[in-house]
Amino acid sequence: MKLPLPAGFRRPPKPGERVRVDGAGDGAAPTTPIDRVKEGGADLVGWLDERTGGASFLTGMLYRKVPKGTNWFYTLGSGTLFAFVVQAITGVFLAMYYDPSPTQAYGSITHLTNDVFLGEFVRGMHKWGATVMVILIFLHMARTFVFGAYKYPRELNWVIGVVLLILTMAMALTGYLLPFDQRSFWATTVANNITATGPFVGPYLADFLRAGAEFGPTTLSRFYAIHMLLIPGLIIALIGAHLYLVVKLGTTAPPWLRAKRPKSLRREEVG
Amino acid sequence: MTRRRALTVGVQGIGGLAAAGVALPAIAFAIAPIFHRPRETWESVGPTDRFSRDTYLTVVITQVPGIGEAGKTTAFVRKADPNPPFNEPAGTYVAISSRCAHLGCPVRFVAAAGNFICPCHGGVYDFEGKVIGGPPVRPLDRFQTRVRSGQVQIGPRYSVTSQLKPVRARDPGEYVGGVWNVIYPPRPSTFPPPSSAG
Repeated sequence: MKLPLPAGFRRPPKPGERVRVDGAGDGAAPTTPIDRVKEGGADLVGWLDERTGGASFLTGMLYRKVPKGTNWFYTLGSGTLFAFVVQAITGVFLAMYYDPSPTQAYGSITHLTNDVFLGEFVRGMHKWGATVMVILIFLHMARTFVFGAYKYPRELNWVIGVVLLILTMAMALTGYLLPFDQRSFWATTVANNITATGPFVGPYLADFLRAGAEFGPTTLSRFYAIHMLLIPGLIIALIGAHLYLVVKLGTTAPPWLRAKRPKSLRREEVG
Repeated sequence: MTRRRALTVGVQGIGGLAAAGVALPAIAFAIAPIFHRPRETWESVGPTDRFSRDTYLTVVITQVPGIGEAGKTTAFVRKADPNPPFNEPAGTYVAISSRCAHLGCPVRFVAAAGNFICPCHGGVYDFEGKVIGGPPVRPLDRFQTRVRSGQVQIGPRYSVTSQLKPVRARDPGEYVGGVWNVIYPPRPSTFPPPSSAG
């Protein structure tokens, strides 16, 4: 069964395809109650579209042209986005049980892992999802590099992507401390001290991260705030810019596809 | 200046002031701990006759109160040795921090070898805490010590140069002495070093 769509959402005609102007199929007013129910959804969408103009934006984005040869490698970016969404959702629910105080953090983690219904599952998704996200980012980056998709006019999108990579690494680093077991404590100690070895600003940067000269009462809450508020906000904003540029500039064809040239031109080159 | 331009500059200036009024306090709030030095604390670790010249005794002290295990650290304490090659002032005590000068893992004292050994990346220090192997960049940090009513007390941390000259505490991985004191500047969150080694 095909539901009627308001005019703004219909697939735009392919190049060379004739546009139907007679409006066949959606002209008659609904007569039976079932027809009226079917039209109801379309009416609601039409009502929203009349007041937001969102339909032309959505059709432009969803029906945008992609080059011939687009393949599974082009899904790695969407895969990374999906991994981020999983992290965001599971993170929100983990935050409901987590207590970022040095004396309570480990206890709250063991409580949510061992006692809370499905706690181990949600925590596992967040833990393994972090690794998956980092791996997908690197695969996505490798695809972009190998396909030459970073070249003009997409250099800015590569730069935004690199910033997103760095922010994701910062997420991985700050999240590692939160379980507050021996491993995460010493890993963070080492990471902080590596930060401190940067010349001139390193010592102050390490003090900033630790909130003092030693691992102190607010180090954990500082990492927690950076992990769940500061960096996610930045990542969401930059993903928006990244996707805007993808839609605006379009994707590249794989490098093994050559542009088709008219026969006359080819003959000229050979002759 | 036209009226239009004056209004543009004025509105942008007021907007900038409003933004700075929010941003500057927030940034100052976040970086304030860099300039805060905690209260100096001294902790008794036992009577003077508990410690000998020949080996270190492991003690656990609370460096940051109120955060449980995370605020505790290990120190290795012995009586100072006035004889060569140590030539330390008699009647004082040496307290060596367990924080490795490479990246901050906890070293342990191996009495059989008379060395400090780090489990993370293989740093090795001699009896005085000087580097004899592995990646550490300077000798092990020390704590100030004093004797009060027959008890050895441990105070603030300080770092030492390769000649064991006291300097303000640095983070692990940072060289000290000479030009390194400029490249890795001392931080206001640390305590001044003791005037004499010991």
